[in-house]
Amino acid sequence: MSADNGQGNGAAPFDPKTAAYLDSIDVVQVQRGPDVGGVGGAYRAFGETLRGLKTTMARLIEGPLTIEYPEEKTPVYPRFRGRHKLHKFEDTGLEKCVGCSLCAAACPADCIRVVAAENIPGERVSAGERYAAVYEINLSRCIFCGYCEIACPFDAITMGHDYEMADYDRSDLIFTKEMLLAEPIERTPLKSEGE
Amino acid sequence: MLSIADTTFVEATWIMIAKSLVIFAIIFGILPILTVVERKLIGRFQHRYGPNRVGPYGLMQPLADVGKLISKESFRPENAVSTLFILGPLLPVLSGVLALAILPWGNVQDGVGLYGIDVPIGILYFFAVGSIAFYGLLLGGWSSGSKYSLLGAMRSAAQLISYEVSMGLALLGVIMMSGSLSLVDIVEAQNKIWFFIPQFVGFLIFMLAGFAETNRTPFDMPEADAELVQGFMTEYGGMRFGSFLLVEYMEILVVSGIAAAMFLGGWMGPGPGFLDPVWMLAKMFALVFIFIWVRATLPRLRYDQLMSLGWKVLLPLATLNVLVTAVLVVVT
Repeated sequence: MSADNGQGNGAAPFDPKTAAYLDSIDVVQVQRGPDVGGVGGAYRAFGETLRGLKTTMARLIEGPLTIEYPEEKTPVYPRFRGRHKLHKFEDTGLEKCVGCSLCAAACPADCIRVVAAENIPGERVSAGERYAAVYEINLSRCIFCGYCEIACPFDAITMGHDYEMADYDRSDLIFTKEMLLAEPIERTPLKSEGE
Repeated sequence: MLSIADTTFVEATWIMIAKSLVIFAIIFGILPILTVVERKLIGRFQHRYGPNRVGPYGLMQPLADVGKLISKESFRPENAVSTLFILGPLLPVLSGVLALAILPWGNVQDGVGLYGIDVPIGILYFFAVGSIAFYGLLLGGWSSGSKYSLLGAMRSAAQLISYEVSMGLALLGVIMMSGSLSLVDIVEAQNKIWFFIPQFVGFLIFMLAGFAETNRTPFDMPEADAELVQGFMTEYGGMRFGSFLLVEYMEILVVSGIAAAMFLGGWMGPGPGFLDPVWMLAKMFALVFIFIWVRATLPRLRYDQLMSLGWKVLLPLATLNVLVTAVLVVVT
């Protein structure tokens, strides 16, 4: 064992001095499979080849597992963090966002810009005293961490499920308040319970 | 004594021209389909679809590929030997087309032999013509002026020579059993039993050697895309590269055709006479499927394993097969 340190089969054994040296240091023994030659080896190789062929044939019969992306989409989990959504109250139709800028403060990528304005009693935009006159998210910088959603005291901003946001122009990736408020076209299937 | 094919049967010249045109057109129609079929099958062997975007079921894929290859620049390295470099891809095409001539699609029907030509030397013609392809690979590899190409060419030469011996010996058993070299006679001799049953060892050796002859995995040492960057094809681009690929598929078809004729009873099958070519094609495609199946399964052999398999296993086995067959033929 020790005299044949990783030299495989058939190699000349080391002289005692070298063997002693190799024993003194911590030589890693190279693991080698048994040398199957001759008729037994040929038989085994043939059998293993047939086993391989059986394996691939089973894959052929199982059929493809591909999800053909543009036509089919992988369903996302309910808590998947996709493109943001801004929300309104369903009964009054007023915006939930009060322009507090907490989301912008929480944003590690610094991609949210909020400019707040006072609500005028006659034409209220939001439920609070103030509303977001400008609300922009630069999606080319957003890292989809979801901190804005956590920071928001009124649940006005949440992460949606949309992930297809590629565009040809960087300026098109700056989403304004109207775009974020708009009822999103649900393009992403949601994973059903227990899936 | 071997009987020689019936040379008294002569056809009109126009029939022979028409026959060759039809065979040429059909085979060259099959070749592009074969490339898609292979890619789709390999895909399915790996749990995916393969090409399915160009045209219905991806059937237009070869058209797109060939269009791309043709529109590419015919690049030639500075230190390449120009005439030989151009000749390189042409010789294998020539050899493949010539070999198509002897594939038997059926016996003489209504005065027309359903084969390109029934040469008396039959299967020897296949070996003679097939060997021309090696020159193409060798010249192409050497004249590229690149070490990868030269290495690939040397490998392919060594491999093809080693495996051609076993291939010939594997067929010798069939020739002894049928008592003829002509492919038409050999198919007729399989009236009672297809030769792949009594000559099963020969069939296995022929198919194994066939994988090596067509440079297919597990014997694709000449190409070895992972280590030799396509071997003898390294410096080729555009349609010259394309014709090397084309030849590979043509050789697969030819080897499958020869195997189908020699071992699987060629055109033999139930149904009326006009179905004979269909049976032949079906058997060829079954063998092509095996080619693809093996490619999807086995990794490439190491060079020394390839050589020891050829010389130490296949050659003695083929010789033994020939000996046993000879004894049996004499005894019975």
